[in-house]
Amino acid sequence: MTAAGTAAPDRAAAPDAGVDRAPLARRRRNRMLVQVACLAITAFMAAPMYLITLAAFSTRESLNAFPKSFAPADVSTETLRSFLGATGVVPSFLNSLVVGLLTLVLSVAIGTPAGYALARHVFAGRDAYQLFLLFTRALPIVVLSVPLARFFITAGLSDTVLAVALLHTALALPTTVLITASIFTAVPRDLEEAALVFGCTRASAFRQVVAPLALPGIAAASLFTFVLSWNEVLGAAVLTLTNRTLPAQVLGSLQWSPLPYRFAGGFALLVPALIFIFVMRRYLLNMWGTTLR
Amino acid sequence: MAEVEISQLHKTYPGGGRPATRDVSLTVADGEFMVLLGPSGCGKTTLLRMIAGLELPDRGSVRIGGRDVTYRAPRERNLSMVFQSYAVFPHKKVADNIGFGLAMRKADRAVIQDKIAWAAGLLQLEDYLDRYPSQLSGGQRQRVAVARAIVMEPDVLLMDEPLSNLDALLRLQFRAELKKLLTDLGTTCVYVTHDQVEALSLGERVAVMKDGEIVQCGPPMEVYDSPASEFIGGFIGSPPMNFLDATLRRDGGEAVIEVAGQRSAAPGSWAAFAEGPVRIGVRAETITAHRAERSGALRAVTEVAEPLGSTTLVTAVLGEQRIKVQVPPDFPVGAGDDLWLDLRADRLSCYERDTGRVLVSDR
Repeated sequence: MTAAGTAAPDRAAAPDAGVDRAPLARRRRNRMLVQVACLAITAFMAAPMYLITLAAFSTRESLNAFPKSFAPADVSTETLRSFLGATGVVPSFLNSLVVGLLTLVLSVAIGTPAGYALARHVFAGRDAYQLFLLFTRALPIVVLSVPLARFFITAGLSDTVLAVALLHTALALPTTVLITASIFTAVPRDLEEAALVFGCTRASAFRQVVAPLALPGIAAASLFTFVLSWNEVLGAAVLTLTNRTLPAQVLGSLQWSPLPYRFAGGFALLVPALIFIFVMRRYLLNMWGTTLR
Repeated sequence: MAEVEISQLHKTYPGGGRPATRDVSLTVADGEFMVLLGPSGCGKTTLLRMIAGLELPDRGSVRIGGRDVTYRAPRERNLSMVFQSYAVFPHKKVADNIGFGLAMRKADRAVIQDKIAWAAGLLQLEDYLDRYPSQLSGGQRQRVAVARAIVMEPDVLLMDEPLSNLDALLRLQFRAELKKLLTDLGTTCVYVTHDQVEALSLGERVAVMKDGEIVQCGPPMEVYDSPASEFIGGFIGSPPMNFLDATLRRDGGEAVIEVAGQRSAAPGSWAAFAEGPVRIGVRAETITAHRAERSGALRAVTEVAEPLGSTTLVTAVLGEQRIKVQVPPDFPVGAGDDLWLDLRADRLSCYERDTGRVLVSDR
């Protein structure tokens, strides 16, 4: 986008002297306001991240100092190192990774066929089904967690990574289904029909034509699922005691942990999510149905 | 190559009130080029898709080469199809697109390579085999789609408005190429279009459809010259056929028509029809216009003259009815001029006033 404030060339004596320039000025002003709004929102999101990062790389002394400076004064990895060395941090990091990957695999395996059906078939109750999917997100996780914990205890799954992954899959499925549905809608039906005419079965048409075209979008959807699982804390905290995921671990030890530990924990949670979003930013656009490829 | 026999095909889409096709029967001979022509929503594409197996009929049957394929999957019918949107696979190179069907049949690699080279040669795609479709123009993508269809050596080649996404100039050029290619190959072909010029220029036979039914099926010139109904005459040809309210009379055994109080000769065979009000169908180019009075010609007043280059199209008023007449480009005429129109009796068609159906006599 071009800068809103770019001055127009001086045309005082130009032949368009009689032209009403008010609409142009209004457009420029509106464009500038949009820019200002974008900057404000970005700052709102970025400021906490910056502060956490700053704190995570500061020494204990400068953290306690007052007033604090916004520029990095004394960079040190001491805080981070002590966080990583703390009990339970590395195992919970691995747990988070396993839960995230399990959630990703499960939700793609279950959600993609549902998304495909929504995109390609007209069936009784299709609209109701779509609405119902969103309703599942209306239940607070806390309300879900207690009966789930009870159920997992009976099923012998309590305090396992699998239990958390199952919960996260249930939480992620609505978005996975709706996102993959929009991705499959974007794959032209003609291509699938051409594959059928040229010798494919329904299954091989999907494999040969639909899947390769939908793959970037599905990858984006699954990364989204991963981030969702990575950041989910309430359910994970209720369902596990010893096999905690990283957010649950950090949350669980918040009350009695020192200030530097909290900032380092926040930073450790922030970075993977940021990396994933950075990797998938190209796909985010087509995830919302703008374009395919 | 094979014959296609469609019998009593009936299809109503779920949720659609009117049937898309109503008990349509049609036989396409081995090697014939059949065009399905009609306005949008007439059921021509549905019919084609039922032949392809992409849509299943409610009742009726489709036989290809004598074999019943009504409810068979598309791949079990040995046919290929060119789609309106080309439907070229964007993630496969041109060569892989062309060879897709053969690869699915698990044909020998060397055979596939030979076929790709052969089809690419026919459609001038040799230089593009290593490219992706996104690097091609619309016309080239359409060539890929045609190449992909012909390498299959199908029994039947189906085409769904293959030229409609090309620009006018390219369409004209590719139309001639397509006709030559398909004549050389001799494949049975069913071609869907809403463009009457395409239908007339390509088809060996044209089946005109309206509201899910075939209303006339015959060689292009027959459909053009003697439309079976006013709808067909008005749909085919540019300008459309003129239809005049007239009265049919017998004058001493000879049939004559009376238009706006003037008389003109009618074909002798019309003497068999009942006297009374009829509609007369006449093509603009079969009318001869004169500037001087002539016996047997109808007097009309020029309303507007449009020079079109090769001809001039005159709109004249005859009584209270408008009639389009094609005159030579050097014909001196302007708005308000008197014209005497000579309707050639042997080129007239006669239609029932109420139903718009053609009247035929067994000559």
